Amino acid sequence: MAVKVVRRPELTFWEKLYIPQILCGLKITFRHFFRNLYLHMAHRLGKLTHLRASVTVQYPEELRPLMSRFRSRHRLTVREDGTPRCVGCMLCETVCPAKCITIVPGEHPDPNVEKYPIRFDIDLGVCVYCGYCVEVCPEDAIRMDTGILDVAAYSREEMQLDIHELMNPQLRKPINECSLKFPHQCKLTDGVMKGSWNTVNSR
Amino acid sequence: MDDFQTILLIKLVLAGIVFFGVLNFAGFHTWVERKQSALIQDRIGANRADIFGFRMLGLFHGIADAIKMFTKEDIVPEGANKTLHILAPLFSVFFALVAFAVIPFGPRLFVGEDLVKGGYVDLQVANIDSALLYIFAMLSVGVYGVILAGFASRNNYAIMGGLRATAQMISYEIALGIAVVGVIMVYGTLDLSLLVEKQTHMLGGFIPFWGIVAQPVAFIVFLTAALAETKRAPFDLPEAESEIIGYFVEYSGMKFGMFFLTDFLETIMVACLATTLFFGGWHVPWLEADAVPNWLFVLLGVASFSIKVVIFCFVFMQIRWTLPRFRYDQLMALGWKGLFPIAVVNVVVTAVVLVVFFPKVS
Repeated sequence: MAVKVVRRPELTFWEKLYIPQILCGLKITFRHFFRNLYLHMAHRLGKLTHLRASVTVQYPEELRPLMSRFRSRHRLTVREDGTPRCVGCMLCETVCPAKCITIVPGEHPDPNVEKYPIRFDIDLGVCVYCGYCVEVCPEDAIRMDTGILDVAAYSREEMQLDIHELMNPQLRKPINECSLKFPHQCKLTDGVMKGSWNTVNSR
Repeated sequence: MDDFQTILLIKLVLAGIVFFGVLNFAGFHTWVERKQSALIQDRIGANRADIFGFRMLGLFHGIADAIKMFTKEDIVPEGANKTLHILAPLFSVFFALVAFAVIPFGPRLFVGEDLVKGGYVDLQVANIDSALLYIFAMLSVGVYGVILAGFASRNNYAIMGGLRATAQMISYEIALGIAVVGVIMVYGTLDLSLLVEKQTHMLGGFIPFWGIVAQPVAFIVFLTAALAETKRAPFDLPEAESEIIGYFVEYSGMKFGMFFLTDFLETIMVACLATTLFFGGWHVPWLEADAVPNWLFVLLGVASFSIKVVIFCFVFMQIRWTLPRFRYDQLMALGWKGLFPIAVVNVVVTAVVLVVFFPKVS
């Protein structure tokens, strides 16, 4: 094995004196200080806004732009009639490495659509955000493009999303009203089927 | 009211002014520290604490800190020496505060013969002949707070931190003291108000005869040693907030807050001392005492002193956020092999120059 000789540069006399080097360092910090002070004051007056005074992003008020391929919270895409695009093929539940997806498929009245999800739950406390469910879906029924990052809760139960929240990303817990028109099972109905295809088809 | 009572009243008022000013400035320092470091590092700094929606650039964070410190649980470790555990932070703050008593923060205020004997008030809480010795005594006794904190905590890391801090402070006090000896030799006095008085003379009519002009080398040594004395970066080995465990590791709540306060008080103390010894104290350059009425002269003097102290605090803060921390052997090497010999040589050269060129002065 070849020996690599690392030459460490010897300090010159001026560098050993400390003080000139300290002044060099102070020059840098003073430059930053006065530049930022000037820019902050100019920003208060609405001037020079194209120059940034700080790299800070004031998080809750200000969000950093997300990459378009960023994997954020899931959603279920919706057909025009308000039913999920999902056909209950179970591919996502099968491929999920964390086993966080629970689907109960049901018979769809439309013969062109074989099945649909009666239940569709994702446990975000278990989900690893790998995005396999999105990749594997043949119907483009599940996506991770809501841009929701602040998934936080005080209990494990609150981390579990059901079909209401997945179909409508704007919904936040607690959900008090069941708004879905097609037959489905959810916590609000204690697992009893609720809704009717007639209300969907009559629209 | 007899004379004694009047003097007591005046002294109490002066002490009140100094304590009020210094403690408030120390509180203000926390805000300055946050904001200045933020600006240096291209950040915004703490700005979320608000009162009725007014954020005031984060100025309320100091108040929030104080409330937090007072309401936090005060934990005394099992087996710790309770008395000393309580006394240590009190010692620290007390000796840092009493040192301010001899700092002259303004010129003489003439109040009239009928109020006090002599007709003037020195803007200095205690007018001691050996004020400089008193300050050094108080700075040295401040070490007790540190070592007691480490000792009383019954924590091996704390006592190691305390010993580290003590070794550092004592080492640098020597360089500090010897650097100041040069100034004492030039002005020939230990009395701080007299020392400031002597600095008001003009060299060649336009250069103020400040300590920095007479003793530039002593100033640099003093500044470095003083920074080490305040236990702040680049000499913050005693504390080293996140990396090395310091002497107040077993302190919480307001007791910790007192150590924190001591830090800022010592910074201000050192800034005051540097101003008094090297930058003419309350002296306003090119302003004669006869040129303006006495009250204006006093006001300008106090303002001048305050501005100089604020500038020093600003520079200390800037240095604190510029330089990385020394390694412990580097710290000791700088103190003993760097500053100490320089200070001694400075004293010798000063003595020779004084005797050879200014035999009348010495």
